[in-house]
Formats: sequence, structure tokens, C-alpha cells
Amino acid sequence: MEAFTKLTAIAAPLDMANCDTDKIIPGRFLRKLRGPGYDKLAFHDIRFNADGSEHPDFVLNKTPFRNAKILVAAVNFGCGSSREAAVYVMWDFGIRCVIAPSFGDIHYGNELQNGMLPVVLPDEVCAKLRAQLNAQPGAAISVDLDAQKVTGPDGAHYAFAIDANSKERLLKGLDDIGLVMQYSAEIEAFERRHLSAMPWLA
Amino acid sequence: MATPQTMFEKIWDRHVIVTRGGNECLLHIDRNFVHEGSFHAFGALARDGRKVRKPRQTIAVADHYAPTRNREQGINAVTDPEMRNMVDLLAKNVAANDIDRYYDLDSPQQGIVHVIGPELGITQPGLVITVADSHTSTHGAFGAIAFGLGASQLKQILATQCLWQKKPKLMRITVDGAIPAGVTAKDIILAVIAKIGTAGATGHAIEYAGSAMRALSMEGRLTVCNMSIEAGARCGMVAPDDTTYAYLNGRHYAPRDALWDQALAHWRSLPGDDGARFDKEVSLDVSKLEPMVTWGTSPEQALMIGATVPDPARGANAEQRTQLEQAVKYMGLTPGMPLADIKIDNAFIGTCTNGRLDDLRAAAAVLKGRKIVVKGWVSPGSTTIKRQAEAEGLDRIFKDAGFEWRASGCSSCVAMSGDTVPAGERCASTSNRNFEGRQGKGARTHLMSPAMVAAAAITGKLTDVRTLTGGK
Repeated sequence: MEAFTKLTAIAAPLDMANCDTDKIIPGRFLRKLRGPGYDKLAFHDIRFNADGSEHPDFVLNKTPFRNAKILVAAVNFGCGSSREAAVYVMWDFGIRCVIAPSFGDIHYGNELQNGMLPVVLPDEVCAKLRAQLNAQPGAAISVDLDAQKVTGPDGAHYAFAIDANSKERLLKGLDDIGLVMQYSAEIEAFERRHLSAMPWLA
Repeated sequence: MATPQTMFEKIWDRHVIVTRGGNECLLHIDRNFVHEGSFHAFGALARDGRKVRKPRQTIAVADHYAPTRNREQGINAVTDPEMRNMVDLLAKNVAANDIDRYYDLDSPQQGIVHVIGPELGITQPGLVITVADSHTSTHGAFGAIAFGLGASQLKQILATQCLWQKKPKLMRITVDGAIPAGVTAKDIILAVIAKIGTAGATGHAIEYAGSAMRALSMEGRLTVCNMSIEAGARCGMVAPDDTTYAYLNGRHYAPRDALWDQALAHWRSLPGDDGARFDKEVSLDVSKLEPMVTWGTSPEQALMIGATVPDPARGANAEQRTQLEQAVKYMGLTPGMPLADIKIDNAFIGTCTNGRLDDLRAAAAVLKGRKIVVKGWVSPGSTTIKRQAEAEGLDRIFKDAGFEWRASGCSSCVAMSGDTVPAGERCASTSNRNFEGRQGKGARTHLMSPAMVAAAAITGKLTDVRTLTGGK
């Protein structure tokens, strides 16, 4: 997994509450294998018209935002389906960090598992950041994971919370399986105890 | 005296192998299900040179891409090469990892993963169950901790049978009151979601309690737990009781004889202790509840059938007004119009939410001797349910009414198998998500109970089923 430490990049405002993972990648594309062109599937049905042309009003189709690496979204981002492809398509598009007032739990975990940083900031802060980004297209936001700090386009700082273990993994680019393997002896002892207490599961 | 514990805490604590950094637990996973969509995880596992560590604790089933037409042709009924590849990849990954408990398209026990788990007795109280599918919350109806996850965490489970997890917060939803005639588990959960919102339970495990929950059948409890994810919850649970044990007894994977007695003693110890603490409490009285339908593009946009389409101008703030406007626009509705005036084009009965035998019986009871005026199709939740329904003659009632009687799969709930609703058309659906494009690009979905879908199919518009059954 790629480590996440600091990022200063163009941020795109996504003014849409409850952006579900079906919106991030529609179900009919889940049978596509990840490869060249996968980035085109990100937000497909709100990004492209039926004839394949770009929907001019969609934020990621506007010039400075095409290079966005940060999304500032609204409440309950990534709710709904557990599809991890929602992270893959955003990653392939170039997104490395999503800032939102709240996330769907499964999607939040999926971002962390792929080296993408989900940042929770208060609703009013996200709304203010989106307003600033709409007013100054192409403005940058800085995210410092170690300091747990976001710096807005106007230089204002916002502290964010993240679980210490998730932070460590992201900073070092650690993979969960490696962390599990350190406990092989405990796991085997646990499994013996568990099955002897619940033998009907054998 | 020991601190009183919730059911969730009792089960969770029993599955913690080690705790790291204070709050992160390495959890043992008792049962993990895989389906065609699990190909990303299997691929990553193979690239790491790893194999499934516990094939006997892994159950595989083809459901998301299962063809619901021409099923007698098996895999040949899947004509799209990419869809066929999904089903083929599952078979290959299952074989490469020695997974014997595999229910393929031709299996008499094939069905939707969240339907066959309970049906085969794999889903039991006190277990920790995972599936790379958000509706895994369904299995919690048995008093299990069951949650969905993505491909990376699935890979971790396949490789180790363990998962790093932070303990969620706990929410109790107490549902009391006598359930009125014509009101079902689906109406209850839609009312819960309308009340707390789609992010209302984010970060929480829900335990459903109260007299109305106790009165529900296992099928009803499965419907309620299924849509916990639509309220944002990590999982939903109901404490096991005699209803649970009666359902489980005799199922294929349920324990027998002395092991049954031992299991039963354990299961009876699982309900939460008096005085156990929850982080959040919600209550709902269902005695005045009426059949519910969704009008918009989020499951929280649900109202009783007698209501009207909301006016976006009355939204609490600008963001909410924009959201309501977009929903009204996408759904092609007019603010203020009665929900009962909304005309539909399609009716779909099935899914892990409402594709069980009780659901098919409820719809058939409304349809018997009547004809539908729209396109309608039924995809039973499992192939077993399909056979049971046929043995009872339900298939004849559906077919005589004008419904197409199809094979089992996820079908038009997730619309990945090609069972889509055409753009601009409206579908009365027993499924769980009314998101934009969920049932097909541009499709408009109204969620409701099976009996309400049957009523809508008969009249061609959203209809209070009680007007047809004499309940009102």
C-alpha cells in the first residue's frame, strides 16, 4: 500500500449529500476488470451524458478540477454498497484524499485500506471549504496526516481526528495482513479454545 | 457483580484474539461468504502467493450475476462475456482454494447469499459473520454480529480468518406496539430509516428490541436487519429467542442431538443483561403505522402511503432543499401530489430484503384472482424458496396474475445481471435501495413491502394494499 503523509493539491467541491457508492461507480461497471480507462468509470452517470460526452456542469469536468487530488464532499459520503471499486475508480482518477462531514462506515474503511485518506471535518467547515473552492476554482488544500491538520485555501487550519492505528498504517503504508501474521501463535491458541467451547462449529 | 453487557459486547468479547493500541481488536471470523463480486480479493490473494486459510469456514455462492431467465441452461444462460467471466472467476477461485461449500448456478440450494445463510442453518446466534456485501447486516436477525466489508478486508479474512476492527458504538432501537394489519417488517424498517436518516446509525451496531420485534417471524427480523445498512449502521441484531431456535432446528448446518443442546444453552446466554448501556436509544411505536413507500432517491425519503410528495421549499436548510429538489426532479414528481397518484410501469418482487417464502405468500395473497396492469417479475430469494413456493402453488398465482416467474438471484435489486428497469420508467420494488440509477441508468425506484408491490401492480399506481384486502 502507498503511504500517505502530506498532500497539497487542487481540491474539488462535491456539493452532494449522501453521495452513495452507486453514484461513484454504477453497478453495471463492477464486472469491468481494473485496467487502463478504469478512471473513466468514476462518477460515470453524473459525469457523462448518454452519448458519452461530458456533462459540463459536473465539477470534475471543469478545467482546474480535472487535476484534483482532493475531494471536499458533503454528509454521508460513500454510503450504500460495500463496493471497493468506488475507491479504485477515484484512485485511478487521481483522488488521494476525501474530506467530508461523515462517511459510510464501509467506504471509510475501504479508503484506508487503499492508502486514501478520509478526513472528517464538521459540516460547517466542509460547507465553507466547498464555497471557497467554488469561488476560486483550482485553489489548493493541504493535508498533513502526521499533524492531523487541514489547511484551507485561505490558510485557515482545521484539526481532524483519526484512529491512531489507521494513522500509523497510512503513514507507513502498512498492510493489514502483515500485522495479523505477527500474532500467529495467539490466533492458533484462540482457535483451539474457541472450537472446544463451541464444538458445533467444527 | 460484573458490569451488565449488551448482546453485542458478549459476542464481540468472545471473538477478540488480541487488542492493539487500545481500541483495535483482531477478531476471529466464524463464517465468511464469498460471491462473484469477490474476484478483486481472490486476485489480490493469488498475487501475494496466498491461499484461503480456512476453506471450511468459507461458503461460496453465485448470486449477483445469476441469470433469472433460462436458468435450466446453467452458465450458458449468461450471454454477456464479462458477466460470464464473473461467474467463471468464482468457480476458478473456489476450486483453487479448496472451498467445498460452493453453491453454483446449478445447485438446488443456490440463492442470494443473505437468504441461503439462514436457510441452510449456517447463520447461527453468537457468530461473527462477514461478506463483501453491505447487506450482510441481514444475518444479525439471529443474534450474530454480521457486517459487510470491501475487497481488501475480505482478502485479509481469506488469508487469515481474522480481521482488525474497532468496536462500533451501540444503538438500541426499541419497536413497540401491536403491528396493524397490512403493516409488515418492511414498513417498520422504512419508518425507522425515515426517522433517524440514512446516516442516523453511522458508526453504530444496532440492536432491535421491543414487543413488535419479538412478535416478528424470522423472515420479518431478517428484513429489518437487512436494511440496517440503509440507516448507516455497521450491523443490526435481534436477540435470539424461541422463534430463532424453532427456525434453526433441523436445518442442514444446524447442530444436532447433544451438540444442539450445548449450542442452545450458549445461545440462551446471549441476550443482553438488564441494565446494559447503549450509546444511543431510539424508540418507535408502530401501533399507528401505515404501509410505507419511498418517494425519492434515498431510503430515508419514505412516507406513509396516505402522504403527499414533499415540497423541497420546506427543506430545513439550503443543502436539504437542493437534495429534495434533485430527488423530486429525478423521480419526475410534482410537490404536493398524493403518493397514491404515482403511476408505475414495473413491479419487482424478490431480493435479500423481501424474497423469502413469507414475502411471496404475502404478495400472492393480494394477487390471487386478480390481474396486474404493468410488467411484473418475481425472483425468489433462493432456489429452495422457488421450489417451496411452487409446491404451494404460489407460482401459479403469480403467473395467472401476469407476473413472470423467474429463477433466484440478486436480479433487479442491484441490476448487475442485466435485469434492469428502463430509463425513465418507474418500478414498485421490494428491494432496499432507491438510489439514482440503482435499478438501471435513469430508472426510478419506489421501495415497499411485497404486498404493497402486488397492490401497485394491480392498480398501476402506488396503492394502500389495505384497500384491496379489506383491511381499510
